[in-house]
Amino acid sequence: MAQLTRRTTDLLKPFSAALSSTRLLTTTSTNPITVETSLPFTGHRIDPPSRTVETTPQELMSFFRDMALMRRMEIAADSLYKAKLIRGFCHLYDGQEAVAVGMEAAITKKDCIITAYRDHCIFIGRGGTLLQCFSELMGRKDGCSKGKGGSMHFYKKENGFYGGHGIVGAQVPLGCGLAFAQKYSKDENVTFAMYGDGAANQGQLFEALNMAALWDLPAILVCENNHYGMGTAEWRAAKSPSYYKRGDYVPGLKVDGMDAFAVKQACKFAKEHALKNGPIILEMDTYRYHGHSMSDPGSTYRTRDEISGVRQERDPVERIRKLVLSHDLATEKELKDIEKEVRKKVDEAIAQAKESPMPDPSELFTNVYVKGYGVEAFGADRKELKAVLP
Amino acid sequence: MAAMLQAIGVASPSVAFSDHYNKSSVSSIRSFPVIRSDARSSSGSIHGSFKPGKIITKATATQTESSASAASKPGHELLMFEALREGLEEEMDRDPRVCVFGEDVGHYGGSYKVTKGLAQKYGDLRVLDTPIAENSFTGMAVGAAMTGLRPVVEGMNMGFLLLAFNQISDNCGMLHYTSGGQFTIPTVIRGPGGVGRQLGAEHSQRLESYFQSIPGIQLVACSTVYNAKGLMKAAIRSENPVVLFEHVLLYNLKERIPDEEYVLSLEEAEMVRPGEHITLLTYSRMRYHVMQAAKTLVNKGYDPEVIDIRSLKPFDLYTIGNSVKKTHRVLIVEECMRTGGIGASLTAAINENFHDYLDAPIVCLSSQDVPTPYAGTLEEWTVVQPSQIVAAVEQLCK
Repeated sequence: MAQLTRRTTDLLKPFSAALSSTRLLTTTSTNPITVETSLPFTGHRIDPPSRTVETTPQELMSFFRDMALMRRMEIAADSLYKAKLIRGFCHLYDGQEAVAVGMEAAITKKDCIITAYRDHCIFIGRGGTLLQCFSELMGRKDGCSKGKGGSMHFYKKENGFYGGHGIVGAQVPLGCGLAFAQKYSKDENVTFAMYGDGAANQGQLFEALNMAALWDLPAILVCENNHYGMGTAEWRAAKSPSYYKRGDYVPGLKVDGMDAFAVKQACKFAKEHALKNGPIILEMDTYRYHGHSMSDPGSTYRTRDEISGVRQERDPVERIRKLVLSHDLATEKELKDIEKEVRKKVDEAIAQAKESPMPDPSELFTNVYVKGYGVEAFGADRKELKAVLP
Repeated sequence: MAAMLQAIGVASPSVAFSDHYNKSSVSSIRSFPVIRSDARSSSGSIHGSFKPGKIITKATATQTESSASAASKPGHELLMFEALREGLEEEMDRDPRVCVFGEDVGHYGGSYKVTKGLAQKYGDLRVLDTPIAENSFTGMAVGAAMTGLRPVVEGMNMGFLLLAFNQISDNCGMLHYTSGGQFTIPTVIRGPGGVGRQLGAEHSQRLESYFQSIPGIQLVACSTVYNAKGLMKAAIRSENPVVLFEHVLLYNLKERIPDEEYVLSLEEAEMVRPGEHITLLTYSRMRYHVMQAAKTLVNKGYDPEVIDIRSLKPFDLYTIGNSVKKTHRVLIVEECMRTGGIGASLTAAINENFHDYLDAPIVCLSSQDVPTPYAGTLEEWTVVQPSQIVAAVEQLCK
C-alpha cells in the first residue's frame, strides 16, 4: 500500500484528502527505508561502519518530532533566561540535537549515559519530561532534582541518565566507573561518557581511558566537538584537534554529528565494539548555535556568517525534514503542524512549571546525608539529627 | 555456617540497589542479612525484617570489656593492619558489591598489607590494581557507587588524595544532594596519613581538616585495633561516603579483639578513661601521647577524662558535652594543623554549645603550621609531645 501511494501520487492528486490519511498511515509503518549518511566515517585503528543506515518511517518521524521538541525547548529556555526565570548558568544544546536523538535510537534505557552541563536535551532523550526539565531550570519542587540541582544537574537514575556535571571532564572517570560496574555485574550494557572538545584536554580523561582500555570496560567516550571550548576555538586549545585519534591505542571514529543517522550508526557500531573489545572514542562533529552559555553572546569569537552558514547547510532538523519530504512521509503542512504541536506542548509545560512551588525551606537540609543504616547520628542534645535503623 | 551465609545472599533494600543485582543467584532472599554472634543456629534473621545486627552503641572498648568477652569467647590477637583486613574481608564476604580500588592493592597485597591475600581470594576485578591516577580512579569509584556498587578506595597515603579532591568534594559529597536524592554514594575512602618516621613533608601530611567542610561526607579516624575493624565495617555499610583516616605509625599495634562480629557507630566518640578534672579530647595517634601524659598526670594527682572523638565529622557533641558539663575544662590534643584544623572547629563547636559550662578557655594543642621536616628532632617537635600535654593540663587546672 505504501509503495502504491508513492508511485501513484501524481495520478491520485485529486484524492489528496484520502492520500494524506494513507500517508499518515505510512508514518507509523515499519517498512525499512535505507538512508545514506551525509559523509563517510573516518576510523582510527578500526574499520569504519558502512554509510548505509536502515530506518523506518516511524523512526524518521520520531526523529523529527523529538528534535523539533528539543529545539523548541532550548529556545524557550533562552526566553525564560532572558525573563530572569532561569538564573545562573544555562548551557543550550540547539544545533546538537542529532547527537542526543541518534544516540537514543541505537541504545536501550539499560545503557548508561553521562554527560557534562549541556544536558537538557539528553535528559529529554532519556525519558525526562518537559515539566521536570523546566521546573528544575526554574528551581521548583517538581524538578528532576527537586530544584536543588539546577541546569547542570539533571539526572534520571531509572533510565540510566547519570547527569549533569558542572566540572569539565570530571564526568569521564565517573563514566568509566559506570562501565566498570556494568562489567562487574556482567549485564551486557554499555556506558556513553560524553564530553566536549574543551574537556578533551583534561588529564583525567586520559587516565580514565587508560584504565578503561586496560580492563576492557564497555565504555564509549563521545566527544561532542562543537569546535569551541567556551570562547576558545579548538585550534587554539588543542595541538591535535583530531579528538578521535587522541586515544592513541584506543580505536576511534569520526562522525558527522549533525546527521542523526550517522550518529545512530556510529553508536550502534560502538556498542557492539565496546561489548567485545573495550573502549572506543566517537568524535561527533557538531555545532552549537548559541554561545557557550546564556551569558556568552557567542559572536565575539566567531562570525555570524559562520553560524548562519552552518544553520543553512548542516542543520540537523532541516536534514530530517528534507528526508521526510523526499520519502513522502508527510507534507510541509503536516511537519509545520507537528512543530506547532510541539510548541504548544512546550508552552504548556512552561506554564505548569511556573505554577510549581519553590522547594520547602526544610529541603535545604534534606539529602545531604543518607540516614538510617545501622548507626545513630546525634546532635548536641541527642534529639536532633536522630536516625535509627528501619 | 558457610552454606547459610551463601543462602542469605547479599540483597539490600537501599535506593542504591540497582537492577544489576537482581540477577544474582540468591535474589529471592531480599532481607538485610545480619550475622549475629550466636546466630549459628538461628535462622530468624534471614526473612523479612531489618533487624539490627550486633551494633555496639557503647563506644567503650576498654580492656576489661574485651577480657570479659574473652571469658566467654576468647578473642584473638592481631595487628591493626590485620584487623582492617579482617573487617574488609568480612564485608566483602557478606556483600558482593563491595570492591576495592587502589594502587598496589591486588597482587602486591597493599603497601601496608591491608589488602594482602584479598586479590587471590576475590579476583582481580574485585580487588582492582589501579594505575597511578588518583583523580580518575576515585572518580571511577564514585561512578561505580552511583550504580550500586560499594567501592573502598585506598589512597596509598592520604596526601595523594589531594589529587582527587575535586572528585571527593564535588561528586562524592554532593551528588546525593544535587540529584535530589536519586543517587547514594556508599564509598569508603581510606588510607594512612599523619606524621610517620621521617617520611618527608609530602608524605607526612595531616590533612583531615582539608576535607572537613565538604558537605555530604563523614570523616572518621581509627586509633585502636578494636575500633579500626569496627569503623571499617561501619564505613562500608554506611550509605554515605566515609573517609576513614588511619595512621602510618599505628599499623603495627597489637591488641586482642573479640571473635564475634561487631560494627561500631560512625558518629560516636569513645570514652577512653573517665575522670573528673579535665576533658582531654583527641583522636588517632595522639590518643597514645595523651594516655602517656595521663599516666604522668595521674601520678601528679590529676584525674583527666580522656575521650577519643573518633568521628571528625560530625562531632559527637553529646558525649563531649556531657564530659564538659562534668569537668568544665577542655584540652584538645590533635595531630592536625593548627590553622583551620579539626581542633579549631571543635573549639568553636564546644564554645557555641557549652559556653556556660566552661571554667577556663579551651586550649587546643595541634601540630605546628609547618611542612613536616625530615630531620628527626624537628619532626618530633612538629607534633604534640606528652610533656607539652602535661604542661598544658597543669596550666589549665591551676
